[in-house]
Amino acid sequence: MNPGSLDYLLWGALPYVVIAVLVGGTVWRYRYDRFGWTTRSSQLYESRLLRIASPMFHFGILVVIVGHVVGLLIPEPWTSAVGVTGGAYHATALSLGLLAGVTTLGGIALLIWRRRTTGPVFSATTVNDKTMYLVLASAIVSGVAVTMLSAYTGLTGGHENDYRETVSVWFRSVWVLRPDVAAMSAAGTGFKVHALIGLALFALFPFSRLVHAFSAPVGYLFRPYVVYRSRGREAAGATRPARRGWS
Amino acid sequence: MGERIGKVMAHVAMVMNLDKCIGCHTCSVTCKQAWTNRSGVEYVWFNNVETRPGQGYPRRYEDQERWQGGWKRTAAGRLKPRAGGRLKKLATIFANPKMPSIQDYYEPWTYDYEHLLTAPLGDDVPVARPRSLISGEPMDISWSANWDDDLGGGEELGSADPVVQKIGDKVKFSFEEAFMFYLPRICEHCLNPSCVAACPSGAMYKRSEDGIVLVDQDKCRGWRMCVTGCPYKKVYFNHKTGKAEKCTLCYPRVEVGLPTVCSETCVGRLRYLGVVLYDVERVGTAAAVKDERDLYEAQLDVFLDPDDPEVQAAARRDGIPERWIESARRSPVYLLAKRFGVALPLHPEYRTMPMVWYIPPLSPVVDALAETGHDGEDAQNLFGAIETLRIPVEYLAELFTAGDPAPVERTLRRLAAMRSYMRRVNLGEAADESIAEAVGMSGGDIERMYRLLALAKYDERYVIPTAYGVDEADRGVIDEIGCGLDFEGGPGMGGMGGPVPFGEASGQPQPATVENFHALRSRQTSEGRTRPPRRFNLLNWDGNGHPAGLFPSRREADGGAPENEEAR
Repeated sequence: MNPGSLDYLLWGALPYVVIAVLVGGTVWRYRYDRFGWTTRSSQLYESRLLRIASPMFHFGILVVIVGHVVGLLIPEPWTSAVGVTGGAYHATALSLGLLAGVTTLGGIALLIWRRRTTGPVFSATTVNDKTMYLVLASAIVSGVAVTMLSAYTGLTGGHENDYRETVSVWFRSVWVLRPDVAAMSAAGTGFKVHALIGLALFALFPFSRLVHAFSAPVGYLFRPYVVYRSRGREAAGATRPARRGWS
Repeated sequence: MGERIGKVMAHVAMVMNLDKCIGCHTCSVTCKQAWTNRSGVEYVWFNNVETRPGQGYPRRYEDQERWQGGWKRTAAGRLKPRAGGRLKKLATIFANPKMPSIQDYYEPWTYDYEHLLTAPLGDDVPVARPRSLISGEPMDISWSANWDDDLGGGEELGSADPVVQKIGDKVKFSFEEAFMFYLPRICEHCLNPSCVAACPSGAMYKRSEDGIVLVDQDKCRGWRMCVTGCPYKKVYFNHKTGKAEKCTLCYPRVEVGLPTVCSETCVGRLRYLGVVLYDVERVGTAAAVKDERDLYEAQLDVFLDPDDPEVQAAARRDGIPERWIESARRSPVYLLAKRFGVALPLHPEYRTMPMVWYIPPLSPVVDALAETGHDGEDAQNLFGAIETLRIPVEYLAELFTAGDPAPVERTLRRLAAMRSYMRRVNLGEAADESIAEAVGMSGGDIERMYRLLALAKYDERYVIPTAYGVDEADRGVIDEIGCGLDFEGGPGMGGMGGPVPFGEASGQPQPATVENFHALRSRQTSEGRTRPPRRFNLLNWDGNGHPAGLFPSRREADGGAPENEEAR
């Protein structure tokens, strides 16, 4: 099947628009709105549900991210070269992915339910949050659905649409600035939908509370407990210009 | 001194004389007006006054078995945050397991005043029902920051005090033996701050020039670990901006040599502010001494004698300006804590080395003695009475010395000696040096302490040098427009802006304009309440339309301007 013009638009041009929005938006947000850069936690209002749902979602999504990195970045010949057969690879990926995906989905479902039913949490929810939740939940639902579908076709012995030969090839080609539109247009519809929602999520990232993921405090592991800072640095305006914004 | 002096740092510290606190809450109210009268921090009291025995604010914050604040000494003799080290912090970052909920503080509310005006005509007088500021729903008010104010002696609330529970049957709640006193609390600005240690983002820091512990509002990411880390629960979470906020020791005031708002407005004149020089290299070992009861002495050993030439030389070596060394020599805090030994730290057993110290209250001992037919101001009678004081020494010891009664007794004896000694002086009798000697002081010291505690002159209570560390040229200038906390939703702002895209606090502040420049100036210089004239700056006019304030309002032009009454 030859790629049409829509394919070129979606898989040839759109990824670069999203990358530009993600990088540019993040830089802009960081410079414009460092004060608004926070998790906007609602734990003060409600803690019982959050303590189950939030770790479920976050740990789940961390595994999901690792899965995506492995699946998208490591080419199939590499894994075959170290002796991992296609069947073994897919069995592991599908089972682990499904476990992580369902945990994440359960987590976000609980989080959204909590957000809707707990009065104070709901009234602290902005339109921005709602949009973000919609896109994020759709990304997770479509991801889990695609995984389940692959597992089903795999089990019934049907012809499996292997994303490692389509989506992954396209994904890597994007980064070397030669997008393999044909590879992506050969992918199953499910994968295409999931990829599009994913792109939407990335475009939304800098403009939503999701930015807190970029400040994962890894540096905490390597710094002394007590932090001293000189007034000189602070008064010289190293952290904050006289007014917030570009100037 | 003998020991090598490590890196010397200066610290602006506070002492509160609990004997004089009448529990009027002026400090709390003025602090709130200055710093936390914004939405998102309705429940936040940088300064609060607790009735003891009582639960404190937030409720039972001293129960560290539950809240896991402060530090823990490991078997190897090292310090580790009680709530867990770095790995555990990161592992629990998605939901802090030890964070107080809004119910542990109280649910802030307002009243539905509009109903008073809009209620339809009826047989009943309309009332303004309380509504939650968290959910907006009608609510029953069942707790607040001072719900148990003055109820300290009562069985119901007093027995929920974690300190009372610790010392067991030493505290009696029978009516005849009831007692209470007030404990005003601000952030302790600890030498070994566990809130700073708990912050994953590194947004909290201790200023190396004056020791003030602050939250960098631009670096805070709202992980909330500091709330757990602080055993005094003096870091609060702003639920609107999603950032941590805490007492700033009014640094914009302290930097220009003014006392904090709570100190300035204290009716009882019980607060003291001054510089303490300390050896920062000794803090770690001092905070990790094995026996909790040695922590008070260990912290005193960290303080350096500003009159010692070696200390002064070391301070100069480490870049502390001459006027700060000079200020440290006149510091009331150093005098009360170290030289007179009458000020004690609050809960040293948390191992954070707090820097707001307290002179424990001497119960109404004189009257009690006089009622039994004794001379209430005779030194021997007073000393004998201290063990049977209404406020048990054990209770004070649990608060101030990790349970060691000796320093509390010594302090109370010194306060009693001061009364007895000064009575003779006031009655024109010969000063009795033996009274001073009995408590290990000299007559001169007692008179000096009397001057500081009883006369409490403004200039002697607050000895604050102006800030250093930036251009010498800018010191002593209050730059109101450029105040570092004065941004939208920040601790220096009066309120929040309208709806903006990334949460309520994002976006740009209104730039300083000709109008608000003059408004600020008139506010700073005028005596009365001022209100800026609502005029439009023609320099900003693009020639389109009729912006508000372009022309005087009709009512003003007609001669009557009720809305501008205050300005006239």
